[in-house]
Amino acid sequence: MSLARRELPPFVDYVVLPAVNVITAFAAAGLVVLAIGENPIEVVKIMIVGALGNAENIGYTLYYTTNFIFTGLSVAVAYHAGLFNIGPEGQSTVAGIGVALVCLAFDGAPWWLVLPFAVAASVIFGAGWALIPAWLQARRGSHIVITTIMFNFLAATLIVYLLVNVMGKAGSMATETRMLTDATRLPFFATLLKPFGIDLGQSPVNPSFLIAIVASVAVWLLVWHTRLGYEIRTVGTNSQAAVYAGIDPARIIIIAMLISGGLSGLLAVNEVMAVQGRLLIDVAQGAGFVGIAVALMGRSHPLGIALAAFLFGILYQGGAELGFDIPKITRDMIVVIQALVILFAGALGNMYRPMLERIFARRPAARAHEAEA
Amino acid sequence: MTEFFDMIIPVIGSAVRLSIPLLFACFAGLFSERSGVVDIGLEGKMLGAAFAAGAIAYHTGSAWAGLMGAIAVSIMLSLVHGFASITHRGNQIVSGVAINFLASGLTALLGQAWYGEGGRTPQLPDSARFLQIDWPGVASARASLGELGNFYANVISGHSILVYAAFVMVPVTWWVLQRTRFGLRLRAVGENPLAVDTAGISVGRLRYLAVIIAGVLCGFGGTYLAIAQSSEFVRDMTAGKGFIALAALVFAKWRPFAAMATCLLFGFLDAAGSRLQGTPLPWVGQVPVQVFQALPYILTVVLLAGFIGKAIPPKASGVPYTKDR
Repeated sequence: MSLARRELPPFVDYVVLPAVNVITAFAAAGLVVLAIGENPIEVVKIMIVGALGNAENIGYTLYYTTNFIFTGLSVAVAYHAGLFNIGPEGQSTVAGIGVALVCLAFDGAPWWLVLPFAVAASVIFGAGWALIPAWLQARRGSHIVITTIMFNFLAATLIVYLLVNVMGKAGSMATETRMLTDATRLPFFATLLKPFGIDLGQSPVNPSFLIAIVASVAVWLLVWHTRLGYEIRTVGTNSQAAVYAGIDPARIIIIAMLISGGLSGLLAVNEVMAVQGRLLIDVAQGAGFVGIAVALMGRSHPLGIALAAFLFGILYQGGAELGFDIPKITRDMIVVIQALVILFAGALGNMYRPMLERIFARRPAARAHEAEA
Repeated sequence: MTEFFDMIIPVIGSAVRLSIPLLFACFAGLFSERSGVVDIGLEGKMLGAAFAAGAIAYHTGSAWAGLMGAIAVSIMLSLVHGFASITHRGNQIVSGVAINFLASGLTALLGQAWYGEGGRTPQLPDSARFLQIDWPGVASARASLGELGNFYANVISGHSILVYAAFVMVPVTWWVLQRTRFGLRLRAVGENPLAVDTAGISVGRLRYLAVIIAGVLCGFGGTYLAIAQSSEFVRDMTAGKGFIALAALVFAKWRPFAAMATCLLFGFLDAAGSRLQGTPLPWVGQVPVQVFQALPYILTVVLLAGFIGKAIPPKASGVPYTKDR
């Protein structure tokens, strides 16, 4: 990939290039808005006010951010191992089943007692759903992209079957489980912080946001400061070299995918145990795919992912407000922006590289000078 | 026995109809991947095409104009994919994902902005659609030939022209790939682009051609969905068919006739699933409809696991070609 590339200063490589890509994506989105006959500046204004205008709106934005951090980290960890996990959607769906089973089994117990088990269940179920594609990739060489796509669909049919035939609310046609009792359901920050005079309105952001922050730090430690992380990155960079370094790529692929699936699974704690308080058919609501955009935009680094997740949180919350003020622009606009980010920050990520190289490439003299210093 | 035939023949007829979008998308993927460009954007291209077909057929009142518009939109999406993955050597999976979202978002957004019906295009009159064609002698065959006549009326006759086009495409594709110079080069560029390059043939040009052919075929698939099978575009109407086609392509190991058989099989599972809903089967009892929905994926995963032969993709698929500098 990086064949005979001239070296860019790190600042350009990690800040300028991604920024130019994302700006291109948003400019293209602006053109779409213009084509529909609306004012892009107006749209941006409504979205920002809708996402950050008051404490309640910020609460909603952080709720979306929570999901996107989990799925973004999930895509990133697999990516470091050279794998493209398109399966967070399915992995968090199956994790939702796990969380629902645990919460319904312990229903009535206080939430802080149930939480560790729910977290464990989400990780185990999410990782479990990633295991078969991982194994097929590691041992059979079948492409993980194809298998994770299929496992997304399989998860979708599985959860419909379970909700219709097994776990559904008794005596109801609705495809959902019964509600958790308030004691077991993870409380929102809005409830927890009310005694302290902080008013978050109806917003559903909850302690799983803190789990997302912890997970980000954990992924950072894992990838850059542990032996396993080193092995993951080695396999991702050059799996043949990894073999000579005594690393078993098949083993690392499976471990990386299990971690990736587990991270996706954590989304279910936010959705099932807290926000919805029950298991619905659509656990991830597309957050699994947003994770791809988030990971690409964040350059697979937890800090970048957290920022990108927050940006997408703003887009999702702000986009929800759009439909009220400008009926012609629905929240499908977010999907378009997401697509353009994936296109320009991902697939066309190196489009501007030659141009930037012409501007910023270090001349040999400069490099020699630096070596002296 | 008559009872069995009376049940199974309409199911086969509907299996044929349901397999058509899969066939077009699957063959689109076949051309693209045989040339070394992985295409998971089949779903998005079909969706974009379906929207264009619905919208243009509505405004012009002509199904053929709808088809042309659908092909144009689908080719444009193909060119985005080509620009990213051939010209800029970007990640082909990422590009495909982007195209799927772009199509899903834009069709819903523009559909709502232009027609205000929740992303639908307006209902089409029959004159602006591809209607089913009744072959000569259908009525008399049904009356006099018994089950054979029934089969003739339900399975052979009574489809739109696009259905027959799909089945013409199968041998033509085989012939192009196996018996023409273009086909040989296309296959070579998917297996060993360096060799093709050494022979003085442009790798990029061949791959662009393959990607454009994929666009044309997805255009047919989307048109079929919007203005032959139904009479309007509905948001996200491809509903994963592009991905089932992808599974079929893997299942068929990237070969044309096997691809046709797989698409028919997957179409049959779909048709049987809806026909058998709530009806108990002998031996197994009632089978939930989700089992039929899941079967194409389960079968493909089992295949990938190596239990029914091994599916080996074209060697260079997914790898951008970089000329030595």
